[in-house]
Amino acid sequence: MRFDTPATTNPIDQLRVVGKPVDRIDGQLKTTGTAPYAYERHDVVANQAYGYVVGSAIAKGRITSIDLSTARRAPGVLAIVTADNAGRLEKGRFNTARLLGGPDIEHYDQAIALVVAETFEQARAAAQLIRVDYVRAEGAFDLADIKDSHGGDDNSAVGDFAGAFVAAPVKIDGTYSTPDHSHAMMEPHASIAAWDGDRLTVWTSNQMINWTKGDLATTLGVASENIRLISPFIGGGFGGKLFLRCDTVLAALGARAAGRPVKVALPRPFMFNNTTHRPATIQRIRIGAARDGKITAIGHEAWSGDLPGGGPENAVQQTRLLYAGANRMTAMRLAVLDLPEGNAMRAPGEAPGLMALEIAMDEMAEKLGLDPIEFRVLNDTQVDPENPARPFSQRQLVECLRTGADRFGWDKRNGQPGRLRDGRWLVGMGVAAGFRNNLLTASGARVRLDSSGVVTVETDMTDIGTGSYTIIAQTAAEMMGVPLDKVAVRLGDSAFPVSAGSGGQWGANNSTAGVYAACVKLREAVVQKLGFNSADAVFADSLVSSGNRGVPLAEAALASGLVAEDAIEYGDLARRYQQSTFAAHFVEVGVDVATGETRIRRMLAVCAAGRILNPKTARSQVIGAMTMGVGAALMEELAVDKRAGFFVNHDLAGYEVPVHADIPHQEVVFLDETDPISSPMKAKGVGELGLCGVGAAIANAIYNATGVRVRDYPVTLDKLLAGLPEA
Amino acid sequence: MRSFTYERAGSPAAAAAAAARTEGARFIAGGTNLLDLMKLEIETPTHLIDVNGLALDKIETTTEGGLRIGALVRNTDLAADERVRRDYGLLSRALLAGASGQLRNKATTAGNLLQRTRCPYFYDTNQPCNKRQPGSGCAAIGGFTRPLAVIGTSDACIATHPSDMAVAMRALDATVETVRPDGTARGIPIAEFHRLPGDTPDIETTLAPGELITAVTLPKPVGGKHIYRKVRDRASYAFALVSVAAIVQPDGTGRVALGGVAHRPWRVEAAETEMPRGAKAVAERLLAGAKPTDENAFKLPLVERTLGAVLAEAKG
Repeated sequence: MRFDTPATTNPIDQLRVVGKPVDRIDGQLKTTGTAPYAYERHDVVANQAYGYVVGSAIAKGRITSIDLSTARRAPGVLAIVTADNAGRLEKGRFNTARLLGGPDIEHYDQAIALVVAETFEQARAAAQLIRVDYVRAEGAFDLADIKDSHGGDDNSAVGDFAGAFVAAPVKIDGTYSTPDHSHAMMEPHASIAAWDGDRLTVWTSNQMINWTKGDLATTLGVASENIRLISPFIGGGFGGKLFLRCDTVLAALGARAAGRPVKVALPRPFMFNNTTHRPATIQRIRIGAARDGKITAIGHEAWSGDLPGGGPENAVQQTRLLYAGANRMTAMRLAVLDLPEGNAMRAPGEAPGLMALEIAMDEMAEKLGLDPIEFRVLNDTQVDPENPARPFSQRQLVECLRTGADRFGWDKRNGQPGRLRDGRWLVGMGVAAGFRNNLLTASGARVRLDSSGVVTVETDMTDIGTGSYTIIAQTAAEMMGVPLDKVAVRLGDSAFPVSAGSGGQWGANNSTAGVYAACVKLREAVVQKLGFNSADAVFADSLVSSGNRGVPLAEAALASGLVAEDAIEYGDLARRYQQSTFAAHFVEVGVDVATGETRIRRMLAVCAAGRILNPKTARSQVIGAMTMGVGAALMEELAVDKRAGFFVNHDLAGYEVPVHADIPHQEVVFLDETDPISSPMKAKGVGELGLCGVGAAIANAIYNATGVRVRDYPVTLDKLLAGLPEA
Repeated sequence: MRSFTYERAGSPAAAAAAAARTEGARFIAGGTNLLDLMKLEIETPTHLIDVNGLALDKIETTTEGGLRIGALVRNTDLAADERVRRDYGLLSRALLAGASGQLRNKATTAGNLLQRTRCPYFYDTNQPCNKRQPGSGCAAIGGFTRPLAVIGTSDACIATHPSDMAVAMRALDATVETVRPDGTARGIPIAEFHRLPGDTPDIETTLAPGELITAVTLPKPVGGKHIYRKVRDRASYAFALVSVAAIVQPDGTGRVALGGVAHRPWRVEAAETEMPRGAKAVAERLLAGAKPTDENAFKLPLVERTLGAVLAEAKG
């Protein structure tokens, strides 16, 4: 189904099932511990052996010798894979560094060997017996040190930014920084690989089945059609599992070497130095405005680093779209760093970009003597500021801010910082705009009706804890006129039609639109089979009806069932309209006047993100994202050892993420919105929107509480102490 | 994890004797720290002596009016004990500020005293660490030092002791009771129990080889207000950046010990004479000679400010 004109009324608009806060259909499997996660699939193939990965002890250089002899003799060892014996390996399209290193080393903890043994403990113990000698090479590990040695890329410019900024009567010019972040998902990367002749099956934990299947085929030099990837349940990803990683490649290589199935899970420290992370940024923001508060010049530059061949963190992209202003520029500058590979983490670009931009907006509002909400409202735009002929498909940022202000009691905020005290706590409120683009990508599905009236959906879409199973079931139930318990959903298998996958908050809208397309086809087949006129047939209550005639849906299936497959494909609506999602984040914090410890008191997110397919799963996405925003604002930082070139705090004791005690109260409001430009579902993404802007809202609240402006995340107590009053 | 042999000891003295007899032996109780370190091969014992069955899990009143806490009393039980909560509130509060409910259910009194540092370099076997591998060097010095020690450090080690409980024990003047491999018992004042790193940061206590902790005794209650204030980046389940354990008497005198700043719970009795003069005066003497890094110099004003808040709370 090609979607190239705005949606009109369709069966989804009935909202009998879609839009309802139904429980997760996979909830019982999760709560009873019976959802099969990759590493626990003991039953899928017999005779599984265990692989343990060895990582490089240096960040950059070369292995001069690798002694496997002791490890080979260790109890239970079946095989050891290294670059020397693995055969020729190519690099996947989505990988920057090679997944099996050696002799050249590109980053710390780059995998250099896999030990396969009868038991996990034997593999781990033998891995410690491998002796490796290295020659270290000079590496670059400090972004701040080298940022100026790299030129500009990807500039956007409209009008005369430099001239307008100089001429502006009110302006700020600030530098902000965000540190490297880890996805820190609960389930580590894990795979079980089994060969059957030339055919390879991998049970894994991955967000993007088709990308990963393709890159696995490329890496191993195996025909893509000979590979099957199965990933029905995923214990969190946040972008860390978008790509093929070394667990999958090494499980496949280990299985080939050992001649039997092999399972590999990455140890926790590998989450930090072996897999990808969100790169640190340094950002310079300049905003100039007239005295009435209208922005006349806005410029945003961002520096980030990555391994050679890697990409920048696009921290400037929201600045091209969020606020009006005739004169504008953005630039991304990419430095070569020899730290582990940088890549996408939840809301890549916007998350760190808004952490900076929305502090700058707060500073600018103060300088203009304007309320931070009024300043943002004043500079709202309903069109792409770089191309005013291109409107936003929907843009309710102002409504988000106004609604939030009412709900949160923003009028109680004292605009003078450091004035409100509650016992030992300095109390403040902060606000920030949330913005995240809505991305459209083709997505396919197959639907099958059987003679008992059950509709089964198959697609390689994944559920990374987001609720994909449930919203896909709701979509099929709505389209086919059956209750939810008559829908079965099967996901995450490369044998199913290729979907959008889970990433970039594009999964919900695109994958359900793909299911919609397949269901439209199935409805046509049903109507034809039952001899109805397709235009007026109604699907409801497990019946197909027209006029006085009603026939059970199941009758269309016959014994063999009825199958339809289709995909949603998009025309040029994304070019003609800017599609984005919007939010306003409100936060109240307390800062301990003596210790500088910041504790969240309450949070509110008001979101405008198209049709909300399931308010319950959507809310879970948003509160999870808000929690991640608390982490980014207050504690998350991969500490770089700038001499040895690695992330030092590589476990969950050292890399702190919020715990329950950090999150006392969260509220989420979804504005009533449908966006007919985005898809037949009229939905958009929301899972990353919930993160975008949260960090700045917290930093702004801390400023309001204390009068201390911190532009360098995370806002930890050591950055506040000097500015706090005598306790 | 390396392979090891295992035995269940029959008595404290037998356990100590077995430990002295067997090269590379370690006692195991709750295992909340040791097992993690064994998996990473930071600890590589060849023999484990399980002391869980030694009936050292009682809290008894001593003839001096204090408490004798068995080495195997779990942190949860110790924190919840009525006598501890009434007379040694500092200890109860310190315990509850540490770890998580699950860990406290498992962790023992003696094990808590003996837990290893959380210096991240100690945990990375690719990095040199004098504590893990004597003589290999210290990667933390000149590296990421924000959580590390500011006082009592050496050129060999700047690690901190991670315990909250031990800080309270230090302020309470606890005594560590032990049995030696020859069967004799002794009491080690807590002030002499943990060592500074010096040139041998791998040797963390004054226990002799094979010596087994059997109990920790507390002197009779000293009264006063008991405040344990733990400062950290997140609200729970994090090691202290700085912690202050204070006992403050109505006349403003009292005791102060610090966590998160040194290789052992940090107390300078001479500084306590300054308590009536306020936090600044106490902190100056407590932290005299501190050698922080650029990254952890904030701990010095943080100690003073936290102590100020604690003293104010004690007055209030």
